[in-house]
This record gives sequence, C-alpha cells and structure tokens, in this order.
Amino acid sequence: MFDYNFHWRPVLKTLPDLIQAGLTTLEVAVLSMVIGIILGLGLALIRMHMKGPLRWFTVAWIEMARNTPALFQLFFFGFGLGAIGINLTPYTIILAGLSFNCAGYLAENFRGGFQAVPDTQLKAARCLGMNAWQAYTRIVIPQVFKVIYHPITNQMVWAVLMSSLGMLIGFRELSGETQFFASRTFRIFEYFAVTAVLYYVIVKIILAVSRLLAMRLFRY
Amino acid sequence: MQNSISFFTGFGINDLWFLGEAALKTLWISVLSISVGTLLGTFFGWVLHEGKLAATLTIAPVLDVFRSVPLIIQLVLFYNFAPIIGLNFDPFLSGVVILTFYTASLVANVARGGIEAVPQSMRRASRSLGMSYWQDLFHVVLPIGGRAVFPAWIGVVLGVMKDSALVSVLGYVELLKASQVLITRTQEPLLILAIAGAFYFALSYPISRYANKFEQRWSK
Repeated sequence: MFDYNFHWRPVLKTLPDLIQAGLTTLEVAVLSMVIGIILGLGLALIRMHMKGPLRWFTVAWIEMARNTPALFQLFFFGFGLGAIGINLTPYTIILAGLSFNCAGYLAENFRGGFQAVPDTQLKAARCLGMNAWQAYTRIVIPQVFKVIYHPITNQMVWAVLMSSLGMLIGFRELSGETQFFASRTFRIFEYFAVTAVLYYVIVKIILAVSRLLAMRLFRY
Repeated sequence: MQNSISFFTGFGINDLWFLGEAALKTLWISVLSISVGTLLGTFFGWVLHEGKLAATLTIAPVLDVFRSVPLIIQLVLFYNFAPIIGLNFDPFLSGVVILTFYTASLVANVARGGIEAVPQSMRRASRSLGMSYWQDLFHVVLPIGGRAVFPAWIGVVLGVMKDSALVSVLGYVELLKASQVLITRTQEPLLILAIAGAFYFALSYPISRYANKFEQRWSK
C-alpha cells in the first residue's frame, strides 16, 4: 500500500528560491491591496454619491468582481485583453486581476463601513465648527477604519491565497516557482507540501501583524 | 482556390451547448461539495462550540490549515497524495473531496457563530420548559442561529462555487476549462470568456440577490 519513497532533498536544496518566491507573492499581494484599497474607496464613494453612467460603471465593476471566479478575471486580463492587442506581462496580469478583484470586494466593505457611521456624527462635527475635510478625516474616517479593519485583513489574506493563481498564467511567484521545480524533478507532492507550509506561515504572519497593529491602533 | 489551410474553426451553436453542459458540471460539483461540506461543517462547528479545549487542540488547527493554504495547492497536493496511499481518485472525486473539506472548514466557523448568536438565557429557558438537549438544538438554536448566519453561509456558498473553477487544474472539464478548450480551438478569447463569465454571473448573481431579499425580510 505504501511503497512511495519521499525525497525531500531536492526541495531543501531549492528552499531559498522558494522563500524568495514567497516574498514575490507577498509583494504582489501587498501592491494589489494598496491599489485595491484606493480603487475600492473610489468605487464605494461613486456608488454611494453619484448617479448616471459613472455609477453604472462602478456597479458593473463591483458585481463582475464579486460574481465571477478570480481565475476567470485573470484569464480575462491575460487572454481577453491579448486578443485586442493589449499584451500584458504575467506580473501585470496578476497585479491587474488581483487589484480588480480586491477593489470590487473592498468597495462593498467600504460601503458597509460608511453606512455604519450615522449621519448625525457628521452633522454634529459640522455643528462644532469643523469644516467638511476636518469632519471627514477626524470623525468619520477613523470610525469607518475601525469597522473595515478586520475585513481588510481578511482581504489581505485572500490576496495572498489568490496570488497562487499566478501558477496558471505562468507567473513565477510561490506557486509558479513550485510548479516549475516540481515539473523539473517530478517531486510534485514534496514540493507542494513545502509550499503549503510556506503559505500557512505567510498567512499566520499577516494575521499576527494585523493583530499587533490592532492592539496598537484601537486601545483606549 | 484555397492557399492556406485554417486550423481554427469559428464559434458555433454546438459550442454554446458545450459551455452550457460545462456550466452544469460546475453546478454539480459545487452542489455536491457544498451540501456535504455544509453538513460536515455544521457538525464541526457544533464540536468547536461544545468541546472547548479538546476541539481547539484537535480539529481547529486542521480546519485552520484548509483556510490558510490556497485551494489550488490543496487540490494539487491531494491529487498527488491520494495515489501514494493507494487511492485512485479521478479529478472529479479529488475535487469533490477537497472542496468538501474546504467548505466544511469555512462553514464550521459560520456554524459556531450561529450557535453563539443564540442568547444563553434563551437556551436555558428552553431547557427549563422541559426540552431535551437535542430538542433545544434543533427547535431553538437551529432556527434562530441559522437565520443569524444565513448571509455568511450564502457568502461561503458563492465563494465555493467560484472556487470550483480551480478544479480545472486537475483536468476536470468544468466551465472555465471548457472555455479554455474552446479558446484554443476558435482563437476567439474575448467572445468565449464573455460567455463563460455570463454563465458564472447567471449562477452566482441570482443567489446573492435572493439571499439579500431574504435577509431584508428577516431583519424586519
């Protein structure tokens, strides 16, 4: 029943490369989160406050991002745009796809966050003599931030997990690198087992950092 | 007089059938793994709630792994691990097994949240009225807690349905894989991806809409 010999040596030999690839994964995830947060904030504000074509556009974006698989979105940025002459590198494909996806999900989180802060807060701030900018940055945004802090952490974890799809479009992040080495040595199980551990560690680090930050930010 | 031979044939009505069939396969693998995974996950959630210490030491870390490692890695890992221990699973079965556990790990948290959403006093009241533990669980906790976490559960369902696209990595021809096959043949990525996207949208959007309506009715 059990006549398989595990060979961990090739994996250990290429472990530095894998860790390097893990950093690439982290880089892509962080970058796409930063872009996603900026775009998502814009989408949420437009969806809440505007009417007309711009609003339809944001609704279409958000619903597309939330109702189709992330892999489909990556294929769209890869093959779909390639068909009309826009050829992106794997790095840009994964960055664009993840940012598109994160922006869609985060927009809804932001919308929930803004709705969680009562209108009266803003009015009270304005009554106390703050101008709109002060009221937003000192009263509304801190409260919104507290509501969406946890969803943003979750989304960050998702971004790391989703970046593994880079494997399927030929991008050499952690999964892609693993796939590359695995097909070179035929030690598929061993390589992917180690990669699974690396992903687990990355996710745990993100969660730990987020918890530490939360302790620092939300103490009073 | 034809000078060159075309290797590619255009997109025809049969291909639409092919995509439709593939969409049904996506639906089938999702329904199967979501229903089994939900039952399993609810059970795990109950165990997590009841056996505090024992569960935290045993199944909680295992479920955590399923949430912290990319699904694509889990699929490849399991697909290559099964033959090692003498199980010959085809891509469909491997996909179902992993998707089931993945769903279960997500639902476990949801279910625990649901059980904890029912006030302790209400459960004491039902026990005082002479209900047995199981009666209390099925007639009080299930309806009340179930409603509290219904939106979260729908979120899991939609997520798993979209993530089922990743089973294509193992070679199971579901919607996304089918679109890849057609793209290779017809060389019309934009059209085919648009159709595949429309299928996903048609599967996912009504569920989220319907769930929203339910949520609004219950929150009244």
